[in-house]
Amino acid sequence: MTGKKQIHLAAHFPGVNNTTVWSDPESGSQTDFASFVHFAQTAERGLFDFLFLAEGLRLREHRGRIHDLDVVGRPDTLTVLNAIAAVTTHLGLGGTLNTTFNEPYELAKQLASLDHLSGGRAAWNLVTSSDAFTGENFRRGGFLRPEQRYERAQEILDATRELWLSWAEDAVVADRERGVFVRDGGAPVVEHRGEQFSFAGRFSLPPTPQGHPVLIQSGDSDAGREFGARTADAIFSRHGTLEAGQAFYRDLKGRLPRYGRAERDVTILPATTFVIGDTAEEAEGLAAQVRRAQVSPQTAIAFLEQVWGRDLSDYDPDGPLPDVDPDPEGVSITRGRVRHEKDTLAVARQWRELAEAKGGLSIRELIIETTARQSFVGTPRQVAEQMDTYVQENASDGFILVPHLVPGGLDEFVERVVPELQDRGSYRTEYTGSTLRHHLGLARPTAGAPSARAAG
Amino acid sequence: MGRGTYLAVEVSGAGRHPAAWRRPDAHPEALLTAPYHVGLAELAARSGADFVAVPDSFAPPGDDPDLVPLRLDAVAIAARVAPVVTGVGLVPSVTVTHTEPFHTSKAIATLDIVSAGRAGWEPVVSRTPAEAELFGRKPAAPPEELWREAADAVEVVVRLWDSWEDDAVIRDVATGRYVDRDKLHYIDFTGDFFSVKGPSITPRSPQAHPLVVLRGDEPEALPVAGRWADVVRVAAADLAAAHSARQRVRAAVAAAGRDPDDVAVLLDVEVLLGADAGSARRELDALDAHHELAASSLRVVHTADALVDMIAEAVASGAADGVTVVPLVLPGGLRMIADDVTPRLVDRGLRPPVAPGTTLRDRFGLPRPANHFTGANA
Repeated sequence: MTGKKQIHLAAHFPGVNNTTVWSDPESGSQTDFASFVHFAQTAERGLFDFLFLAEGLRLREHRGRIHDLDVVGRPDTLTVLNAIAAVTTHLGLGGTLNTTFNEPYELAKQLASLDHLSGGRAAWNLVTSSDAFTGENFRRGGFLRPEQRYERAQEILDATRELWLSWAEDAVVADRERGVFVRDGGAPVVEHRGEQFSFAGRFSLPPTPQGHPVLIQSGDSDAGREFGARTADAIFSRHGTLEAGQAFYRDLKGRLPRYGRAERDVTILPATTFVIGDTAEEAEGLAAQVRRAQVSPQTAIAFLEQVWGRDLSDYDPDGPLPDVDPDPEGVSITRGRVRHEKDTLAVARQWRELAEAKGGLSIRELIIETTARQSFVGTPRQVAEQMDTYVQENASDGFILVPHLVPGGLDEFVERVVPELQDRGSYRTEYTGSTLRHHLGLARPTAGAPSARAAG
Repeated sequence: MGRGTYLAVEVSGAGRHPAAWRRPDAHPEALLTAPYHVGLAELAARSGADFVAVPDSFAPPGDDPDLVPLRLDAVAIAARVAPVVTGVGLVPSVTVTHTEPFHTSKAIATLDIVSAGRAGWEPVVSRTPAEAELFGRKPAAPPEELWREAADAVEVVVRLWDSWEDDAVIRDVATGRYVDRDKLHYIDFTGDFFSVKGPSITPRSPQAHPLVVLRGDEPEALPVAGRWADVVRVAAADLAAAHSARQRVRAAVAAAGRDPDDVAVLLDVEVLLGADAGSARRELDALDAHHELAASSLRVVHTADALVDMIAEAVASGAADGVTVVPLVLPGGLRMIADDVTPRLVDRGLRPPVAPGTTLRDRFGLPRPANHFTGANA
């Protein structure tokens, strides 16, 4: 084994956005358990750190109706992860669970159950939603002032951690002779009184095989980065150029010392797409095909409508951009999806300039150009080399791969790229431990010694 | 519906008896591990049971040091065993008082997906101030209110199961549409306790409606069971009381405008078996010496033959449509069901040698239901 920095890989089960190509003849069921088994077992064969599931708690709407152009629907995150635990042995199991529509005691019990039953493979991606739109599916509604999002996330995390680590490590004695199952004082009552949550009681489980599940955080704002630096074991970022990756990496890792954390305590994983071919040319050709499949004519118009805030269904996707300007009042045309474009007039201006500079791109060509570029394209060796460079030069610690096909989207990567990464000495050749914390090189938090210390 | 003698088993921890974990054949150190629960489910499957009930609650078990205060999430246990243990239904309890019906609906639908149509659900209420305190959102409520809320929760869960028509996913490349959104339905539920918009995020599951199992012991619970249950569990001290309980359930089902023969009533039977009555009794005495357990329903502390006789009499006399065996000790208590009780039930023609169909609904002779939003049969 060389002393080279080792790459961490995670696998994102393709989800409900247009990255997932459902129109391909190879595309299988998004909900059959067989698809999850195939995907998870492929990731495990590829020695990945973990499988990851996203979550959305209300079907997206576009122009007042359920958005029908992308994959719609998915199974329940925790339930499917528990089932996947039965058909895998080492693979970490990461799920997204919303902090706005769940209560700490229940979440703590559910996540601890996954960690116990999987032998220490659970991870929780905390997301906080503030929209009343999703809240319409829940008892307490969902509205949270945007500035309270991280406040709530921090408090639910503090509360769940208080529960997870409330029992002493040696609390369970199970002494048949003396008739003592939990030693005196081993499982104290937890009392939490905060702004967002107020509860009290004894937790029903001891610390899990991992102490508590691995914590994942995404979120690119300053508050999001700070929250991640303070609490997360792994961070999902957006993939960009080597330089952009290095800037994010430096910024995030630079925030760790103030929380008493070291660089190795946080694994940074950008969301990454890839296309593999036998030759560079073939890979480029396949990548272009995938991009066209990801942006159907109808999808191109829908994307445009998100920026324009208007009904553009009469426009030809193979024709030029609309002459009419975006309607600044129409920005809520899509609901249930995170928007990145704030100033739509500026976006429209940029897009028009880009379309002209590229020799007169059509609507569909422009949307492909602006939304669908893959991260790594090439032969297996080239892709491995690009990924290795990205990690060795500290633009990330690895990648969360987002394939475009269910269930076979990882097959070729595992068969052809993983061996190349291994040949480069940058990737494990076997699992050396059984917990996700072990895969990530993280210490196990123990009761009375939280993994991350609060500032000040 | 198909008439038979239904058999369910309830499996929790080291068994119903609080001292069961102290027996030499118990596995107190393994109660949180997957192999332990897979082993129990395998025994349940080998016993030919129609389903295994996995209880759950937020209620704290009490402070006595000799009690086992461990509680894993029941849906998690069911999902963990589903892919590797086939041939038995899986019915976790999920509380409805402090939880979100939207989450519950997709969790049970997903259990149905990962078990290929063997899921059920026992909705239970959280009664105590201690449970309310774990959430801190509202005080404990009286039974009337708890069950009125439970009725709303069950309705939301079931409506969400129907919020996707079976053929909603169309993958129509020509029009670029993955789903036909006319086949997705808002449920627009509004009640006294919550409102839920829908649709679910999870497509309609193999059974469409996983089995709804409800308790029919309290008067306040009966209307909910009458309206929504596919199977009703009752507790009774003897067969005469069971007979009355079953009649109450059937009346509640009829009052809801349904056919009482469509709803199986299963009597809880606490079981500890031995080679002879005396040895079974001594086993119980030994456990009770550690920590006494009052019977919560009819109890058979006797031989396998005695249990089979009791089940036969219960069904023949109309006291029950079957039983939920609640072993006082695990895994031994369940092993004796599989090894000694089930073969006798089959020999006497009370249980089929091979289960009918593959889904849990098949087991109870229940067809795949029509969709509430279309009335169309699958």
